[in-house]
Amino acid sequence: MADKIIVHDPRGFPPKVTGKRLAPRLEGFDDKTIYLVDCLFDNSEAFMEEMQGWFAAHLPKVRTQMIKPRESWVDDPEMRAKVVANGDAAILGVGL
Amino acid sequence: MGLALSLEQAGVPTVAVHTHVFARLVKSTITTHGMPTARNVFVPQPIVGRTPAELRGYVEGLDPITKRPFIQEVIEGLSQPLNDNDLKGMSFDRSNPRLLPADTEDNLQALFIENKWTDFLPIILPTEERVAAMLKGTSHPPDKIVGRLRATAFREEWEFNVEQVAVNAVMAGCKPEYLPVVLALAASGMSARSSSTTSWACISVVNGPIRNEIGLNSGIGALGPYAHANSTIGRAHNLLSINLQGGSVPGDTYMGSTGNPLNYSTCFAENEERSPWAPLHVQKGFKPTDSVVHVFLAGWYMHAGFGPRETWQEKMTRSMQAAEHYSPPLWVMDPIVARGFVDLGYDTKEKLIAWMARAAKLPAREYWDNQWVQTLVHPHAVAGVEPYASKLKAAPDEMVEIFQEKDINIIVAGGETQGGWKMFSANYRNGTISIDAWR
Repeated sequence: MADKIIVHDPRGFPPKVTGKRLAPRLEGFDDKTIYLVDCLFDNSEAFMEEMQGWFAAHLPKVRTQMIKPRESWVDDPEMRAKVVANGDAAILGVGL
Repeated sequence: MGLALSLEQAGVPTVAVHTHVFARLVKSTITTHGMPTARNVFVPQPIVGRTPAELRGYVEGLDPITKRPFIQEVIEGLSQPLNDNDLKGMSFDRSNPRLLPADTEDNLQALFIENKWTDFLPIILPTEERVAAMLKGTSHPPDKIVGRLRATAFREEWEFNVEQVAVNAVMAGCKPEYLPVVLALAASGMSARSSSTTSWACISVVNGPIRNEIGLNSGIGALGPYAHANSTIGRAHNLLSINLQGGSVPGDTYMGSTGNPLNYSTCFAENEERSPWAPLHVQKGFKPTDSVVHVFLAGWYMHAGFGPRETWQEKMTRSMQAAEHYSPPLWVMDPIVARGFVDLGYDTKEKLIAWMARAAKLPAREYWDNQWVQTLVHPHAVAGVEPYASKLKAAPDEMVEIFQEKDINIIVAGGETQGGWKMFSANYRNGTISIDAWR
């Protein structure tokens, strides 16, 4: 029977995960402002414009507002504050 | 992803749209951020190149993951009442043990492969004795925190200490005297296993006395597997990037579409002794007697050529024009090539780099017709940041410079068996790190 040995675990320290709650959902869409956040991936603006077109055709009482961060993959506190202050909901696309 | 979670925490109900190939990645990311029920919906991959009519079809079609109408999922995601799981999120602790349960060598080798802790080549098992011997390669205590790594910008950061870096150095086959180089690479914050869809790797280049102290190759075959130090240090950077950042698993923590052969091991030294120019670390402000390692986010393209011959300007210009223009070039020149340029009057690297930056031009319409230039550079141009803003104002056929001088680098390496050069895609993003600080 082969000898047993002890070896190190090669992994680092993962951060402790703390649960976070979701925001309360909308009770209706009439007169609400939804920000459509273009995440700046190639052609995502065109996709978000189609989303905007869908809302205009099917939920005309919703106000949609296109908005873009100042650059990809980097937090834009100014844009985020604007969405929080003036938006009732947000749709982000396309991409992480 | 981070923006969606931030908005939720600020009280704004949010739905994030992704293409379907990212479904597993999205699930693991929201889970490790403590919000596993965050609302995400999916459209088919790709978005790039699709017409407005095709994109409208995505909006009015099915979510390819759930097979339900996409827009219905968006509406429900913003309006459906929350349940208990939505209200509390998910808290958990994933502490890893320092040592694994005792087992046979064969079973442990199989365990490391099964857990995707390796590059699928055999490893040296990190026994306590081997790790203790490796730790003699540095004066730093085993529990000292070295830094943090993550697979990409929106992922969680993992932390690690000296001992954990040494464990991965053992696995790669390093000798204890290589450990300061491996620690410097770990401390750089540059993952050699970036999860970017562009399939990046890391090229690391060593300057200074440590090159000769540990036998790093800068001569014949410098970029290949022809020295123990080159092979194992580059491999150690890749293994520690897998294990100290939380994995590099396709579809989950790795999304590079084509992958990259440089992800096995790419570490070499500059041939300072045979170069007619100042070494790279001196260009970057270090002393010749400092030992350092430069890290480049690299490997999207590689071109090669000879020179400088009569038409070198045309040949090198064509290579730079053909290079993917988001990522600037790192030129690796054999000493014969470097001396040839000195004979032509380029007695410093800086003079040759200045010529390169002026020579490499494209029509503006070609420059902007690029996925990453559109995604990453275009927003800066719109915000008025130079030189991008001027490029955006250029007429479609106006020639614009592709690269800036500060982004182009030259390394002299090779054994003078041929006057050749290689040009790699290589972003000098995380800079130059002291190896001496980790001795």
